[in-house]
Amino acid sequence: MKNWILLSLIFTLLFYSLAGVAQQQRFPKPEFGTGYHQPTPVTPEPRALVLEYSDVVILLIVLSLASWLALRKRSRKGMLWLSVFTLLYFGFYRNGCICAIGSVQNVALTIFDPGYAISITTLLFFLLPLVFTLYFGRTFCAGACPLGAIQDLLIIKPLSLPEWLRKTLGLLPYLYLSLAVLFAATGTDFIICRYDPFVGIFRMDAPFHMVILGIAFLLMGMFVARPYCRFLCPYGVLLNWMSGFSKWHLRITPAACIQCKLCSDSCPFDAIDYPTDEKQIKNRIWGVNRFLVYALLIPIWILVGGYTGSKAHTWISKANSKVYLAELLITKPEVRNDDKNLDVQAFLSSGKSMETLVNEASVIRHKFYIGCWIAGGFMGLVIGMTLLSQVIYRRKEDYQPDKGNCYSCVRCISYCPVKK
Amino acid sequence: MENNPKNSRREFIRKGSRISLLLTLGAVGGFAARNLTPEKYVWQIDPFKCTQCGRCATSCVMTPSAVKCLHAYDLCGYCDLCGGYLKPDPNKLSTAAENQLCPTSAIQRKYIEEPYFEYVINEDLCIGCAKCVKGCTSFGNGSLHLQIIHRICLNCNECSIARLCPSDAISRVKASKPYLVKGSFTKDAKG
Repeated sequence: MKNWILLSLIFTLLFYSLAGVAQQQRFPKPEFGTGYHQPTPVTPEPRALVLEYSDVVILLIVLSLASWLALRKRSRKGMLWLSVFTLLYFGFYRNGCICAIGSVQNVALTIFDPGYAISITTLLFFLLPLVFTLYFGRTFCAGACPLGAIQDLLIIKPLSLPEWLRKTLGLLPYLYLSLAVLFAATGTDFIICRYDPFVGIFRMDAPFHMVILGIAFLLMGMFVARPYCRFLCPYGVLLNWMSGFSKWHLRITPAACIQCKLCSDSCPFDAIDYPTDEKQIKNRIWGVNRFLVYALLIPIWILVGGYTGSKAHTWISKANSKVYLAELLITKPEVRNDDKNLDVQAFLSSGKSMETLVNEASVIRHKFYIGCWIAGGFMGLVIGMTLLSQVIYRRKEDYQPDKGNCYSCVRCISYCPVKK
Repeated sequence: MENNPKNSRREFIRKGSRISLLLTLGAVGGFAARNLTPEKYVWQIDPFKCTQCGRCATSCVMTPSAVKCLHAYDLCGYCDLCGGYLKPDPNKLSTAAENQLCPTSAIQRKYIEEPYFEYVINEDLCIGCAKCVKGCTSFGNGSLHLQIIHRICLNCNECSIARLCPSDAISRVKASKPYLVKGSFTKDAKG
């Protein structure tokens, strides 16, 4: 037993002396004769964890305030000031990161990659607005979203868009969401963050093309109100689903509607439904037939969408750097001699074998194949459902907000002549 | 309203949908919570993986980049002929600008005693181009190395340098140990 201890002791000593040799430097640090005081490298601490949690608390407060202002206080002025606060705090002070819109990708990545740890803050930023919307409508969009706030404050002369255009452009957020989830789940990229048009404005610093994009969105937003929210925002898709079934939602009139139409003129987002036109419902039989045809077409839409997606997967998967690199090395072996291609040179000097890279790339590509089927099928479903919703007439007696698309910005309330 | 069967049916459907949406949210949240961490994560460069490609200077969302050169003095040889400070084949071993490798003159050379010189990085001037790091790693001890300085880093949801790093040297580390400074952080003891 004693021998064993001695042996292990010798080995440990030997190991340490060897390790010492391995760490020997080319030019050992000199012994200074003069009283030289060696400085230590300055390493400033990152933002404290407490402040991250306080962001969640502030989000919770802002969400509660926004809901109270929309549903109880019914005050446009209050909502305006709240959105100014959101813009200043979550926008310019926190530089637009982390935001609920981007958190979709973190959640998608952590679901598909168990190695990716998601912080409590991020998960709460994802969940809290959705839960609030499920009960109070999209008050998040009105008061707690910096991207919404910057666009909302710059609405000057909103134009009313025709319904066909709104519905068609309204498909874009679904496409954006499916691509964002696909790219996040395969660990490729966070496209929502990368192409966030306003984050450069919050940071006062961005690549040139993003500055142009951000300014273009703001200019467009003067006439087409909230263009990003309506025709791009991927988180808006989820909020739309939640808000459609919200328990309490903003109501335009405090009492009975007198059908004066004033509110519908006030809404910059065309999110107020008109009372049903009786003439439209006359030919109901025709409507029922169309409904059946459209409903039966949905599975076909899904298949077509999925098939199209799967056909595009080779092309889409090139967004992944590993897939791209592997393909580049196979199709153009001469890049190995290109000293300027940093990715190729870094790969060659890393000592990783080509086989490993190709294996990794093909695993990722297979993920893309499955993901593209799902994303394409989802897009098919969305198109089918959008068409189906064209032939569903739900009788409405008054002017009321379209729950899914209403941002609860409270503009319409101040236009309503009915008082309690 | 309450007695109208149509309205109560709609209300029932809405309530059912709401509960199922809430359950879906709970399921998604719960599933994501498998990997939940109370820790904060920040981006950092592994100096042993870094290949000094120079993208840190250009790819960061901040201008100038949040990546700066950090000097691990413990590892420095205090050489007169410094591979990180001087251009290859310098005219003279002096501080003249034509001899300096750093494009912004961010490295200060200070005489200590014969024949040793101290090199200090001026963080405000450093742009994170890694030219000195390449020189120091190739010809010297590798005491100069890049690190993300958290005073400047915005901790983006996805680091735009990490996305483009050819050697995957940038990854998320726990905010309680936010730096991988050479010397205290070694190649073998990763964690």
